[in-house]
Amino acid sequence: MGYVAIKGGGRAIRGAEAALETLRTAEGDAGTPLSLSTIENQLRLLTSRIVSEGGLYHPRLAALAVKQMQGDTLEAAFALRAYRSTKPRLLEAPVQDSGEMRLIRRISSAFKDIPGGQMLGPTSDYALRLMRLDLANESPESFRDVARRFMDNVPETDLPDCFPKVVDALRAEGLLPAIDGPAGTPFDITRDPLVFPVARSAALATMARAETGSLLAIAYSNMRGYGDVHPTIAELRVGYLPVMLPHPVTGEPVEAGEVLMTECEVVAMYEGSDTDGPPVFTLGYGACFGHNEVKAIAMAILDRALQKGMRDGPRNPSEDPEFVLLHVDGVDSMGFASHYKMPHYVTFQSDMDRLRTTQAKVTQPRRQGENA
Amino acid sequence: MNPNYELPLDEADYSFGFLDEFAKREVRRTILKAISIPGYQTPYASREMPMGRGFGTGGLQLTLSLIGQDDTLKVIDQGSDDSVNAVNLRHFVELTCPGVNTTERTTEATLIQSRHRIPEVDLTESQVLILQVPYPDPLVVVEPSEAKRKVMHGEGDYSRLLTKLYEDIVQFDEITISHRYPTRINGHYVIDPSPIPRYDVPRLYRSKALILLGAGREKKIYAVPPYTVTEPLAFDDVPFRTEDFRDANGHRRACGRCGATDSFLDELIAEDGSKAWQCSDSDYCNQRLAELAQEVSA
Amino acid sequence: MKKILEVRNLTKIHGRGCPQCIDSTGPEADTNICPHCGSVVAAYGVSFDLHAGEILGIMGESGSGKSTVVKTLYFDDAPSAGEAIVFDEARQWNLFALNAAEQRWLRNHRLGMVYQNPHLGLNFNVSAGGNIAERLLMSDLAHYGEIRERARRLLARTEVLPERMDESPKKFSGGMQQRVQIAKALATQPPLLYLDEVTTGLDLSVQARILDLILEIQQELNTAMIVVTHDLGVIRLLAGRTIVMKYGRIIESGLTDQILEDPQHAYTQRLVASAL
Repeated sequence: MGYVAIKGGGRAIRGAEAALETLRTAEGDAGTPLSLSTIENQLRLLTSRIVSEGGLYHPRLAALAVKQMQGDTLEAAFALRAYRSTKPRLLEAPVQDSGEMRLIRRISSAFKDIPGGQMLGPTSDYALRLMRLDLANESPESFRDVARRFMDNVPETDLPDCFPKVVDALRAEGLLPAIDGPAGTPFDITRDPLVFPVARSAALATMARAETGSLLAIAYSNMRGYGDVHPTIAELRVGYLPVMLPHPVTGEPVEAGEVLMTECEVVAMYEGSDTDGPPVFTLGYGACFGHNEVKAIAMAILDRALQKGMRDGPRNPSEDPEFVLLHVDGVDSMGFASHYKMPHYVTFQSDMDRLRTTQAKVTQPRRQGENA
Repeated sequence: MNPNYELPLDEADYSFGFLDEFAKREVRRTILKAISIPGYQTPYASREMPMGRGFGTGGLQLTLSLIGQDDTLKVIDQGSDDSVNAVNLRHFVELTCPGVNTTERTTEATLIQSRHRIPEVDLTESQVLILQVPYPDPLVVVEPSEAKRKVMHGEGDYSRLLTKLYEDIVQFDEITISHRYPTRINGHYVIDPSPIPRYDVPRLYRSKALILLGAGREKKIYAVPPYTVTEPLAFDDVPFRTEDFRDANGHRRACGRCGATDSFLDELIAEDGSKAWQCSDSDYCNQRLAELAQEVSA
Repeated sequence: MKKILEVRNLTKIHGRGCPQCIDSTGPEADTNICPHCGSVVAAYGVSFDLHAGEILGIMGESGSGKSTVVKTLYFDDAPSAGEAIVFDEARQWNLFALNAAEQRWLRNHRLGMVYQNPHLGLNFNVSAGGNIAERLLMSDLAHYGEIRERARRLLARTEVLPERMDESPKKFSGGMQQRVQIAKALATQPPLLYLDEVTTGLDLSVQARILDLILEIQQELNTAMIVVTHDLGVIRLLAGRTIVMKYGRIIESGLTDQILEDPQHAYTQRLVASAL
């Protein structure tokens, strides 16, 4: 018998790579390679997920990751994260004011009239989920016509602009707690490990990079009854946030670029508190890179649940910071699930040894002095 | 995004050791702390590596932070240099650390990254063994909260873990922990020595080589410094036992390839259903075969 | 008589507290909630001594602060102020000045606690014997056979059938669970044992047997005990001396016989009258 158990790894890996690449190009002569611009624009919500879960705002690289990973969001976000590990940190961005976002969409389900008005923007919330068979064989001409017609009809004044925030109005009315002084230095999850208990900013940063589905599942458990957040969306906004960085020479803040992001603020029913003053609503905050409304809402609900858990002790999984924050990262959870595919010959050998020994004991007399 | 933006193609050129220099320095600082407090799970900001969490990213970050151009690296998985994961990790280091030598010979290596095994040959003071760790905390079986486990470790409170061993003996007349055997380091912290078999646990004891353990997903680094006393948890009258490679007649099984009777054996099932045993450490097996061939020709 | 515990001015306030908390609460104010800041004054100015082999009763209604006192003395809860000293064989332990590791050591080796709720005192995921083993392992005993033998003896002493020592206590009756708790608390032969409403909720016949067991143990081992209860019957049977608490304050203390025969405070008089 040859030494076959785990030999030939190198050759196997090369074969696997080739097989994968063959499947990517399986259309053969009939196929056209996807352009990064096509992915970035036509699959914009997919790219949005990747920049947010990858924790790096680089839509073009995100598009490349989607192409390379053949549409696997977990793998694509993972590739973007790994790329990030190779880059030194040049600057720490100061806290950005999301009130400066140039909005393409903002709604409030708390108030009909909000300062600046509701703006439905690009959403399929009210569309029927019917298959649009006209897209099945869309011609390049009709594709271009749609774009041209829309741009022709947009007046200059409809370009994105910024709006006051709904929660500021609630706060001015005394319905929300006042902000406790200026925000301290936020916890940086890319430079410091989570050591529990953690600050709220660490929880927010972890959730901002979290895998959308994982975050949604835990938030959903809270909404359905394993928790008590009954949220109202004070404001959900999608838009472009100008990123202000200190000028390298003058130190004055200058706009270095912009990031597409989604932000959600939920208010939940007030609770009695130890602090002075009348009861107020409590606030949950969610925000992430890209256009991803479900993620921002789920995060806002979990933020509220975690604040409660940090204060009173967790009563259910969604209020437990360790449970939520250690299990929502897509790179961690996907990697660990995948690692079970690796050989475990040695540990399994060891397991068998224990099982055989204990099986043998069943038929043997017990340890001396035992009368079991 | 700016329609005129072009991806800079030279971004594909990675720096030596893949990680940026600040990250490597942080890992080295953490290693120093881990060595200073033997067995303490030192938290660090684990970086994402281009292979899956669970595939040895913790060990790899240690290797990449320590490796220099004079180093010779050996990577093994299940004792073998040629298992898929070991090959993959070794290629990655070769790709991102130009000039570094790799080897399959345990004795030639300065750095050894391993998953699930400690090489059969005794290591030396000039070698560093890096073990990949999936679960760093042995207390997780009795306490799910990390915050509470930290206090238990700090106070050296392992009674609940020992109670689990007690319950094992009550139920099975035997301690059922097969691998990842909880081991006390330098009289205080109890570590999960990574999924090495029990067979390898006694080899931690006063090891001449520095042993570093890295858990990438759980973001912890810990160390068994050279010559440190290590004790697997056990009772005075129920000693710790390693895997038993004796057959039904009580004879120690031998490697079917090199004949060794002093190595950890993989159990292989041939196509006809019969069983065979071979060294899990492929270098050890190969070296023995080479020596035997020499004796024959001489 | 050898003093084993000295408690002075033990105070516990839940909430942020204010300068008016103390004056605005207590039996005279008829509340333990400060009307100015909403804090709860669970205990204030509690002082007493306990001697070797003595059983001290702390009696009061819920909210009187009686449980708060033993919780702080067992490190389950940190006091807001006050001092407590345990006089051990050779040395003294200033309880609230100890660090966490010292507190844990003392708790494992020299103190015992039996809770009203067995879930607090027992780990239901391990066997009855395992619960006792855990406490012996905490005190650094590492011989399986000896641990097993001692667990067997302790369970036999507290009248738990040794055949059942490898079963989880969750399968046991309430009275049996309390017996296992007592066996666990006694495992390290502590000179000081706290009993917090240990018979509350049990059938009367079961109560009586457990109270007898406690008395026997006190006579055999000379263990000093603090018995917290709202039940005058328990006090009458067990305690040599008694403290009566209301809204966080001690309102009366003395020999149990004296308090039951001739209560001084109006509140105690009502309590005793209602029990007759």
